[in-house]
Amino acid sequence: MTLHTLNRAPSDTALLTDCLRACSSGDTLLLIEDGVYCALAEQPIAWPAGVNVCALTADVAARGLDSRLASSISQVDDADFVQLCCEHARVISWY
Amino acid sequence: MSTSKRFLVISRRPPYGSSHARDALDTALTTAVFEQPVSMLFLDDGVYQLLQAQQPAGIQQKNLGATLSALPMYDIDQLYVCDSALRSRGLSLDDCLLPVQLLDGNAIAQLIRNHDVVLSF
Amino acid sequence: MTHLQLNDHSIELDNEGYLRDLSQWSPQVAEALAAEIPLQLSDAHWEILYLLRDFYQRFEHAPAMRPLVKAVSLNLGPEKGRSIYLLKLFPDSPAKLAARLAGLPKPTNCL
Repeated sequence: MTLHTLNRAPSDTALLTDCLRACSSGDTLLLIEDGVYCALAEQPIAWPAGVNVCALTADVAARGLDSRLASSISQVDDADFVQLCCEHARVISWY
Repeated sequence: MSTSKRFLVISRRPPYGSSHARDALDTALTTAVFEQPVSMLFLDDGVYQLLQAQQPAGIQQKNLGATLSALPMYDIDQLYVCDSALRSRGLSLDDCLLPVQLLDGNAIAQLIRNHDVVLSF
Repeated sequence: MTHLQLNDHSIELDNEGYLRDLSQWSPQVAEALAAEIPLQLSDAHWEILYLLRDFYQRFEHAPAMRPLVKAVSLNLGPEKGRSIYLLKLFPDSPAKLAARLAGLPKPTNCL
């Protein structure tokens, strides 16, 4: 399984498209930095089936998005991030 | 004869992922300190700068929203937002931390024509 | 880097005399910094210093002269919200000197 990290807002459509196409069922997609804007409830994204999508807490809080996330997206902290890196065979940064 | 020029600072990046938003704001504040009239226009992901409740301590950055909320203290009160940029992100004026005016595409072109110097970040 | 000696402890200042650690500020620190100028702090000074600390709390930066004048005018009245009034209290460069005494960083965009 693969951990994907995405650090750009959804306005970078080419990056988001490439990232979503690269995800397989069972993978984890972690939204970091400006990637957390992809998690907004008001602007829902069609995530690939079977992909666990989460967002880094510090980046969510920094941008004032705490109460605006889609309910399907969980938040993880830095320690969780490290653990996710260890649990997955591959890590890909989409940036 | 007036020696001032009308400045427009266009800010179109989100607040923390790069230095663009901070650079735009610093430029606007510095221009105001030189007593030149400054307007700001928020386009594209720049509208995310206006969201309330920013708490960037966890990413070791200064709160851009706090500095933005000081704009009226610098007499920078001509603040404009692209209507479609705001709406396409599911946001409204109520989500903004400052009073801003909504502009559509035609009004944005007109706003640019009404300024002598336009700086884009 | 220099130090401010206060009672039996020493407080670090940067090259321009601003506190290195803003949390070390106290009214006694302000008095001691002012004494070195020398400047005797009156009530008129204190209301500006506390206004600056409120400004910093709210806007997270120390104001340059123009926003300082505006903040004073809005909070303490237009008679005090004038450069000349602030210059008399805090000679030469009011925004910088008052920020230093109030335990704030050097004003941004201050020319």
